[in-house]
Amino acid sequence: MFAYAGKILRVDLTTGKISTEPLSEKLAKEYIGGIGLGIKLLMDNSTPGTDPFDPDNPIIYLTGPLSGTLGPTGGNSYAVVSKSPATGGVGNAEAHGFFGPDLKRAGYDAVIITGKAPKLSYLWIDDDKVEIRNGEYLQYKTVNETDHMIREELGDFYIRVSAIGEAGEKLCRFAAIINDEFRAIGRAGMGGVMGSKNLKAVAVRGTHDVNVANFEGFREFIKMIFERMKGPATKKYKTLGTPENVLVLNSLSALATRNWTNATFEGAEKVSGEWLNEHYVKKIVGCATCGMRCDHIAVVPEGPYQGSTSRLEFECLWSMGPLCGIDRLDAVIEAMRIVNEYGMDGISIGVVVAFAMDCYEHGVITKDQTDGIDLRFGNAEALIQIIHKIGKREGWLGNALAEGTAKAAEIIGGDAWKYACHIKGLELPGYDLRTLKTAALGFSVSFRGACHLRNGAYSPDVKGKVNRFKIEPGRGKMIVPDGHVYNVIDSLIVCKFSRGTYYDGLKDLANYYTLATGIPMTDAELDKAGERIENLARLFNIREGKGTRDYDKLPWKIENVPVPDEGPAKGVCVNEEEFQLGLDDYYAARGWDSNGVPTVEKLDALGLGDYEYIVKDVEKGAAKAVVQGGKA
Amino acid sequence: MVRAQDRKFVSADPEKCIGCCVCEYACAMTKEHTFNPTKSRIRALRLGPLNNLAVTCRHCEDPACIAACPRDALSQDENTGIITVDEDACNGCAWCISACQFGAMMMHPEKKVVFTCNSCKDEEDGPQCVKWCPEEALTFVTAQELAQKSRINAVKSLFQEAKEKKAAAK
Repeated sequence: MFAYAGKILRVDLTTGKISTEPLSEKLAKEYIGGIGLGIKLLMDNSTPGTDPFDPDNPIIYLTGPLSGTLGPTGGNSYAVVSKSPATGGVGNAEAHGFFGPDLKRAGYDAVIITGKAPKLSYLWIDDDKVEIRNGEYLQYKTVNETDHMIREELGDFYIRVSAIGEAGEKLCRFAAIINDEFRAIGRAGMGGVMGSKNLKAVAVRGTHDVNVANFEGFREFIKMIFERMKGPATKKYKTLGTPENVLVLNSLSALATRNWTNATFEGAEKVSGEWLNEHYVKKIVGCATCGMRCDHIAVVPEGPYQGSTSRLEFECLWSMGPLCGIDRLDAVIEAMRIVNEYGMDGISIGVVVAFAMDCYEHGVITKDQTDGIDLRFGNAEALIQIIHKIGKREGWLGNALAEGTAKAAEIIGGDAWKYACHIKGLELPGYDLRTLKTAALGFSVSFRGACHLRNGAYSPDVKGKVNRFKIEPGRGKMIVPDGHVYNVIDSLIVCKFSRGTYYDGLKDLANYYTLATGIPMTDAELDKAGERIENLARLFNIREGKGTRDYDKLPWKIENVPVPDEGPAKGVCVNEEEFQLGLDDYYAARGWDSNGVPTVEKLDALGLGDYEYIVKDVEKGAAKAVVQGGKA
Repeated sequence: MVRAQDRKFVSADPEKCIGCCVCEYACAMTKEHTFNPTKSRIRALRLGPLNNLAVTCRHCEDPACIAACPRDALSQDENTGIITVDEDACNGCAWCISACQFGAMMMHPEKKVVFTCNSCKDEEDGPQCVKWCPEEALTFVTAQELAQKSRINAVKSLFQEAKEKKAAAK
């Protein structure tokens, strides 16, 4: 095989057994790699109903077919898939940086890790030599300390490390896995799954060649992409960066503020991309093999957080800034730094804190319960204090919030659930869904819970292609094609920031794939692979009892708290009727039944016939429910 | 004969280099027709996000690597300054690696002989790492040119500062 390593590594942490098996070309073509292959392996290597923190829940590291090549962004990636402790469904995330290519060069398309190590350990993959090593000396070390200490111990500066911090070890449900200081397998709590396995890190050194099928053709193709990356398609990422969104969304009344209370933020200027770049950004760096650069490295020049350094993107800036009502970037930079040290999802942490602040402001939690922290919106010091508590699971509230908004609301009780802004258990990212209703629909049907990166459904709203204050017929159909594209992107594992450089969309990506692997691929086949992955993920969620219509729903505030801000969006929120219409439209466009379950015909068309039992089980369950209903 | 100060070598600008390793991949792609940074003649180093630099052979005068070689396996072209390794003579003892201050002499992962940058002397358009560097951080320059560039930048910023001070005073 070209480009692929052709090999899957299996590690059982309980028994210490390590083995390899070949990756078949059929599996490679049908599921591509990355999250596609990951979801397939998760489905086939797990027992229904397994708790995400149970040793039997596999955590799967994956490379993509392009990992390890000079393909810009595709060359430097990896993904992680497991059952998510946040949602109980598919958990997946991708990260770039420097770790992925070494895993590929070491010779693996996937690493399936099961079991639980008897004590804190780390996995050392040195090409063909794989070892479970003692990691007790790394307990509660920050991600970055862990990285340095492992490289020190093993004596090679160029070893790459993907690690968890204290939050992961303490089973925070939104703990991240982080590589290369600030590149995160951020969402869906993959770090918590690592922690549950007593697995502190995966360290890797790969020295084997990665060869492509058509060397000359591949070189010319990537040269073209590198050229395109100098142009307008990537300008945003190389200049202001994603924080450019702050003022854009604010002007659209779509900048969720104070936990979706307001849709505009009076302090937006002071947390804008413009302000960040002018006052804090010291250098813009990038990942291995990338022709763009997007990592805006911000350094606080003065004040209480002087010297604090972190990389800031829109999502985390927003979650710990406007969403918490905070207009101080120095505090946000410091908060981001701490979040990376503990190893937490920078989106979820801000939403969790904003949720707690909302509860506090409404008297649902009291100052006694916060251990004296004055958890008002806008209190930057409180943000930092509570992040420490969550990272360490310290105190009643810190411990509750480490469970994520959904479970924390249950623990807190009372009206707390009304302020919990999540879908399927995963916290909402940075868009006010009340005023971006295509996004509301798109986020609600995402298989990993609230997510802007499963179908990019915010795009037609923000670009003004639709009436964003209304869900109309046809809106469901509109978000289907990009859902496939995004699945393909995450399976090839190219960076979503690079999506504008594939001028011919899936045609470019199909060509890219074939040049690298030698496996024939058309744009139609790629689209079908994207659809297959979408359906398989949905099936997994259904198998786990989390995948039907009942789970595609919006947070209470999105449907019940109209936007109070003056302007065109005043009074807007999503009403249940239009939302249900949107779901009908989406399910119909997908060939799913009205319960959001793929039909047998659909599964057969996608080559997923083996999983028909899952669909039939749901039908049986539904029939039973009707009978019982009749008796009552 | 070319004077030593006129010899060109690949140099990275620490202000521009972001440690992205594109140079490493471009090198191995050119020299070894594969993707593998461990076979690159140039290596990028990231100490932290703000501290990055790619390093390769600087074609020194009286190179320490040659002096250190006990088997006369290394020789230097008197015009270009390029160090050539006689792969039959080299036994991979690594004395030259110890001697090089820049870590520019490296052990080949498969051949067990040392290798270093030859400025892509067989490529029509010169060093390929320079061509591929997306940050234009790499240049193929002489020491003279490097010094000139630094001087020009230093003086420019001096005048810029003076101008700004003047403007601020007004």
